[in-house]
Amino acid sequence: MNSRGNPLTLSELSPGQSAIVDEVVGDDSLASRLMEMGILDGEPIEVIGRAPMGDPTEYALRGYRISLRRNESDRVLVSLLP
Amino acid sequence: MSARHVGSNESSVALIGNPNTGKSSLFNALCGTSARVGNYPGVTVEQKVGKLVGSEQPIEIIDLPGTYSLAARSADEAVTIDVLCGAQQGVTRPNAIVVIVDATNLERNLYLLSQIIELELPVLVVFNMWDRVQEEGHKIDISALSTRIGLPIVCTSASKREGIDQVRQAIIAMTTGGIKALASDKTARSSFPTAFLNESESLAALLKTKGIETPRIEVDRMLIDKDGHFQTIAAKAGGPEIVQEIEQARTRLESSGCKIPLFETKHRYGWVRQQISGLVERPPANRVNSSDKIDRWLTHRWIGMAFFVLLMFLIFQSITLIAKWPMGWIEFSQGWTQGIIEQWIAPGALRSLLSDGVIAGIGSVLIFLPQIAILFLFIAILEDCGYMSRAAFVVDKMMSTIGLSGRSFLPLMSSFACAVPGIMATRTIESVKDRMVTILIAPLMSCSARLPVYILLVSAFVPDTTYLGGWLSLQGAVLFAMHCVGALVAIPTAWFLRKFFFPGAASTFLMELHSYKWPSWFVLFQRVRERVVAFVSRAGTLIFCTSILVWAAGYFPGDHQALEQAQSKLESLTASGDAADTQAIDGATASINAARQKLIDESFLGMAGKTIEPLVKPLGWDWKIGVAAIASFPAREVIIATLGTIYSLGSEEDESSDSLKDQMKAERWPDGRPVYSLATALSIMVFFALCAQCSATLMTIKRETNSWRWPLFSFVYMTALAYIGAWLTFTIATWLGMGS
Repeated sequence: MNSRGNPLTLSELSPGQSAIVDEVVGDDSLASRLMEMGILDGEPIEVIGRAPMGDPTEYALRGYRISLRRNESDRVLVSLLP
Repeated sequence: MSARHVGSNESSVALIGNPNTGKSSLFNALCGTSARVGNYPGVTVEQKVGKLVGSEQPIEIIDLPGTYSLAARSADEAVTIDVLCGAQQGVTRPNAIVVIVDATNLERNLYLLSQIIELELPVLVVFNMWDRVQEEGHKIDISALSTRIGLPIVCTSASKREGIDQVRQAIIAMTTGGIKALASDKTARSSFPTAFLNESESLAALLKTKGIETPRIEVDRMLIDKDGHFQTIAAKAGGPEIVQEIEQARTRLESSGCKIPLFETKHRYGWVRQQISGLVERPPANRVNSSDKIDRWLTHRWIGMAFFVLLMFLIFQSITLIAKWPMGWIEFSQGWTQGIIEQWIAPGALRSLLSDGVIAGIGSVLIFLPQIAILFLFIAILEDCGYMSRAAFVVDKMMSTIGLSGRSFLPLMSSFACAVPGIMATRTIESVKDRMVTILIAPLMSCSARLPVYILLVSAFVPDTTYLGGWLSLQGAVLFAMHCVGALVAIPTAWFLRKFFFPGAASTFLMELHSYKWPSWFVLFQRVRERVVAFVSRAGTLIFCTSILVWAAGYFPGDHQALEQAQSKLESLTASGDAADTQAIDGATASINAARQKLIDESFLGMAGKTIEPLVKPLGWDWKIGVAAIASFPAREVIIATLGTIYSLGSEEDESSDSLKDQMKAERWPDGRPVYSLATALSIMVFFALCAQCSATLMTIKRETNSWRWPLFSFVYMTALAYIGAWLTFTIATWLGMGS
């Protein structure tokens, strides 16, 4: 949960934070593309860093790096890891 | 004895893998120079086919476009699955498949493998980038993994040409029946929920009653991919009834707890984990490796952006600096060849055709071969070391403000080399609207065909001043600025097109960022060679033909008798070497020059040129430049060939062996002012930065958009931009005092 009481999304994490994926919201082609890239519930994911203008953001999961725009990472619900 | 066709037992093997797994390197290593590039019939997807080198039986290798999954969303992915299922017209179904895998990223890469093995064909798995597996300290138990999956695995480092022989042997073994297709109970599909398997079964049966025979994997995809490629195909073949049935099946599955598309990815990644568990150990994911350290700077808030601009600037600086020497050699041999021709062939139409048409035309374009090679070398280095995807990452936000995504960045970046492959690369863009806008602005990127035009004018008319002890040249800076013109104009153009012609929501990006690596010599050599061959063959065909046409238009219909007599007279005078004849020589030279000038003025070219002169005069051009610009419709660099031919035909006799540069400097308006001022040179460059003078690009747009409307649109809007841009440039430059 974030400060507004909504489920925490991947886009709200800061560089250096890690989380566990809970769910990819939706069933459209973007959702299935995210899942195909390995973003599935139970997977740990880490924020590596943001692009110079604040978007997109680089993430690490399953031993590789992926870049997601904010409107994509918004679709991923996560639980923050300590 | 059977009456079989000789070629009918030829085997074909498809090569497939995720993007950036070294697939092209492996393909080139396997097929050598036998590769042919074409298009799949009926669709605009590139087809790359080669013959396996070192096999007694002919084996065809089909290089399929890189893809993460068989769920078809773009044109590329649809063809990939069609070829694999034997549904692509004009292509027989492959007998076997080679799946190439990035062994440093097994989990994600094996996802595709889990789909491929359901095609019921023999499969060979290639674990590429094995050198990096060892460097980075991954531990993979190959033999145990191969036994568990049930498929042969070969390890390679394709960019270093290591392990290629084993792949070759395995492919030969596969096509001679040494490797069997995997039993269906070993696939991920065997663990799919029964509800799904039943739905797939009954949908296939329904399609069959309508006379549609569909491979099982395509039926699966119809169910799983909402509004995907195969649903569209099903709708076309079976009508709305089928689509309704598919949608109902999805609702039934949903209510039985089988979430689409989640269940498929879940089961497949589950299958992958099962295969690799205990056999693969990768270095800790969050360990800061050297690639991360480089990245911290290259994608840094300020430094990353500055680095990108500086890098581009340095590339264009070095092109002018490095290419000076080889250009000099080519220029020298051009003059030398013209000298030989003039020595051996008597004055007349043939001599003029060879010397003024062919050599002056083609030679003036070939001079730029070194620059082209250097530009492509730089682009290949950036691509191969992994910086290009970082550059897309850095500029994505900027792209999104004009409504495009980083996915459009790579096609646009490669348009700096040539718009044709750039436009073809837009096939990887899923959103049709994004793709259209990218196609329409790609020709604005300053391609390598403009480079010769810029270099010629910059080296002739921009002062050769250097700063910072010779490291920063004004000429290089102008060259860089010219490359920015098109890109800067493209920004409002893209915004305008997106807003008024292709309105709609922002698209997605989702890109894998590979770690950096040293570029491979094989890859660099291959890329540069391909482009150099393409450039030379264009000079040999398209530019050759245009040169001859322009020469003919400039040579006829005048009567050349007086000129030829004067030339013969001059040559005999010079041959006799009598110094007392100086006066006679001067007289002959003067009559030659007068005759040449009169002939070109009265030629077809001259007549046409004089007609259009009022149109190009506001740009600071004379009729010769105007004619050359129009004649360059087939390709931009033709303007140089055309100018070469025009000035060579009309040149002063004692300057005929001079370079094009000097001939241009010597050109005069009738009132004696030089034709070329800095303002005129800048105006020509801006015109060529923005115009659509490239028939190959327009044909590619026609092919990719399947309509004449868009190439016509491109031509009209770009020519208008070019004219306005050139007029503004000339007016402002003249006002700033560059007009003389």
